[in-house]
Amino acid sequence: MRVGVVTFPGTLDDRDAARAVRAGGAEAVSLWHGDADLKKVDAVILPGGFSYGDYLRCGAISRFAPVMTLIIEEAKKGMPLLGICNGFQVLCESHLLPGALTRNSDLHFLCRDQKISIENINTPWTSSFTQGEEILIPLKNGEGSFQCDDATLKLLEGEGRIIARYVGENPNGSRNLIAGITNVQGNVVGLMPHPEHAIDTLTGPSAQGLGFFTSILNALVK
Amino acid sequence: MTKIVVDVMLKPEILDPQGNAVASALPRLGFTFAQSVRQGKRFEIEVAGEPTAAQLAEVEKAAEVLLSNPVIENYVVRVEK
Repeated sequence: MRVGVVTFPGTLDDRDAARAVRAGGAEAVSLWHGDADLKKVDAVILPGGFSYGDYLRCGAISRFAPVMTLIIEEAKKGMPLLGICNGFQVLCESHLLPGALTRNSDLHFLCRDQKISIENINTPWTSSFTQGEEILIPLKNGEGSFQCDDATLKLLEGEGRIIARYVGENPNGSRNLIAGITNVQGNVVGLMPHPEHAIDTLTGPSAQGLGFFTSILNALVK
Repeated sequence: MTKIVVDVMLKPEILDPQGNAVASALPRLGFTFAQSVRQGKRFEIEVAGEPTAAQLAEVEKAAEVLLSNPVIENYVVRVEK
């Protein structure tokens, strides 16, 4: 099973994401932003970082990269797609996910270990977890506050499309403590904190982030 | 050469932490006039000659697709005299 990891200029976490894919048991395939070629991957991860320097708005320019055109097409047909941190911002800018990520409410760049609860285990990225499972993974961003209008929020809540929530104090002002959401079909997931940095206890606060990467392998094998 | 200006502002209902930070910095410097501050972006686009209606429509489209995020921002396009 081949999982693509996209590198944009300014991407930081592509190597950790690829490492996490391998730890989860799948083959990691590097995808370059400028290539209109998905190299026959079965799923794609948009990793964290500061693609195109976060110029204009986070993710606003990446959305128009040649590789994104293909990814958006395939995601609309059902290909599993995970956007982490900056990747989540790209998914919102691409309109694959609703809402937008805005400046943290206290204006600080946050970098810390954060407990989140997994609230939807019916996506290809979260099926290894148990409903309501609490995991500890790093959170590091300046613009992680999820915002949307009331109607969208009601829809996300009503359809169970909030896949993860912050546990405890709201770190960044996100509406309803949202840490991650999914699209209507459930194949596209955006997540602000970083599971790829928590796949072993040598380098991360836990190994609980690995669940996202074992989930995708299970989904693809089925 | 004509300058087309696109002003992009966060929608009124979207929290603007940067504007709030500016609003709280002003009184510390003795400026007490501000009840609130909202911070936005301004794009200055130069075109050759007088912009045509078609060009302005293109700028509107660019403002909608790229310069602003309609989920959280509003924009205004105007020609600077």
